Amino acid sequence: MANIDALPSALGATARPGLNEIPFRGGGFVVKSHKGVGVIGFILILALWEISVRAGWINPIFLPAASDVLAALWKLAASGELWLHLQASLMRFAIGWSLGTTAGVIVGFGIGVWSLARGIGLPLVSALFPVPKIALLPLFILWLGIGEASKVATIALGCFFTTVIATFSAIDAVPRNLIRMSQSFNVPTYAVLAKVVLPGALPGILACFRITTSICLIILVSAEMIGAEYGIGSLIIINGNLMQTDKLLAGVVVLSVLGICIGYTLTRLERWLLRWR
Amino acid sequence: MKLVVEGIHHRFGDLNVLEDIQFTVAESEILAIIGPSGCGKSTLLSILGGILQPSAGKVYFDGAPPAASLNPLTYIFQDFSLLPWRTVEANVMLPLEHHALTREAMQARVDDVLVRTGLSDFKAAFPKQLSGGMRQRVGIARALAVNPAILLMDEPLSALDAQTRDLLMEDFLALWLRERMGAVYVTHNLSEALYLADRVCVLSRRPGRIREMVQVDIPQSERKSPQAQARLAELHDAMWKLIKGEAQQAEREISHG
Repeated sequence: MANIDALPSALGATARPGLNEIPFRGGGFVVKSHKGVGVIGFILILALWEISVRAGWINPIFLPAASDVLAALWKLAASGELWLHLQASLMRFAIGWSLGTTAGVIVGFGIGVWSLARGIGLPLVSALFPVPKIALLPLFILWLGIGEASKVATIALGCFFTTVIATFSAIDAVPRNLIRMSQSFNVPTYAVLAKVVLPGALPGILACFRITTSICLIILVSAEMIGAEYGIGSLIIINGNLMQTDKLLAGVVVLSVLGICIGYTLTRLERWLLRWR
Repeated sequence: MKLVVEGIHHRFGDLNVLEDIQFTVAESEILAIIGPSGCGKSTLLSILGGILQPSAGKVYFDGAPPAASLNPLTYIFQDFSLLPWRTVEANVMLPLEHHALTREAMQARVDDVLVRTGLSDFKAAFPKQLSGGMRQRVGIARALAVNPAILLMDEPLSALDAQTRDLLMEDFLALWLRERMGAVYVTHNLSEALYLADRVCVLSRRPGRIREMVQVDIPQSERKSPQAQARLAELHDAMWKLIKGEAQQAEREISHG
């Protein structure tokens, strides 16, 4: 072996009759890290956008320059108008999502651990889950009036069913051996639920928060477009009607930032609650 | 305290799993149950500890369990069954939390068993941070924390590599020689059974019946000696002959589950 290794590699396989080097054929599809490329791509797109508008290739009424959108955003913030909209939206979102999620986790837990509840609840959930909840807003407006209650109810309903399904599926996925183990130590039922079933289902429940927050954001904006004085959705629709596309896009930027903030908060929450993983 | 098993039959649907199982585990005796896969060993163990209802038959205590025992029949599982979201310490604490113990008494018990299993340095670790062997040590510590009269061990070493298995087996033996508690030890590994058990119960394959009860007449502390090794090898061969045919059949079976 040693004398073969000692041969100068420049000679190649041809210099060693009978020895054929095995060609490398592994290593496909490995994700490599390219730091900073994301930022560069982002800046490039923004620059292209800015230049296209400034050079007159794009009509600024349909697509205002990036800098104009930022300026509009700044103006909205400085005048205080933005905060009125943001406050209204955040309030609806927070109340609606919390109500829907709380109710969803409770009902999902019931369906997950109690077969009678599953027998009754599962067909109902399956029937109502596919309905786009925004379709029920007119009905809620008839029942609850045009004010906050109907919007909050639509948002809550929008995340309720998804949360129910995610919660009982997460409970179904809790390893049965852990429950058997607890029973073999005579751990009482309520403690099995609190110490084994709930923490075991938590990863699944937290994962569904990502889905339900984005669903709620969609419903929030749609509901505000249908009828609200304040709210990011109404800011967008009003300025759309006035062809003030810079303000319209400023609203869209706010939604994007809002989405990123929610995602970041959820990531931190998961990291903290699921640090055992 | 003895464990008396009387006329256990069990069926899953049409499948007869266990038939007419009858034996007694004497005080501080280690009974190994061996048999080919699918002979109902684990099912039998679940029935012994009351986490599976047999189709017929009963399991009794003969005599009162020791007063200090919080859970006379305590399992040690093949897959360890640790709660991944609890630290080592909190996992060992779990079976104590619903008993009327003060916080200090609980902590004292936990600390004590962690010392006895050599886990004191790992008490703040989560299960995923531990090797398989250490995880099973946590399982053992958790079982010891409730002061069991009889340990029910379901292939406790099968999920571990060979070296870890040898190490843990020595630990088990040291533990038994010290604590003298009873155990029912289910395994498909003949050497394990012969190294640890006072008596080996050989089950036949489906339906599981007792084919043979083999007394291992060498004290556990002397089983490493050459004479003992020769005798154990004889027993090993005799038992292997008993189960070899069935093990072959078991291996060739297509699963319908």
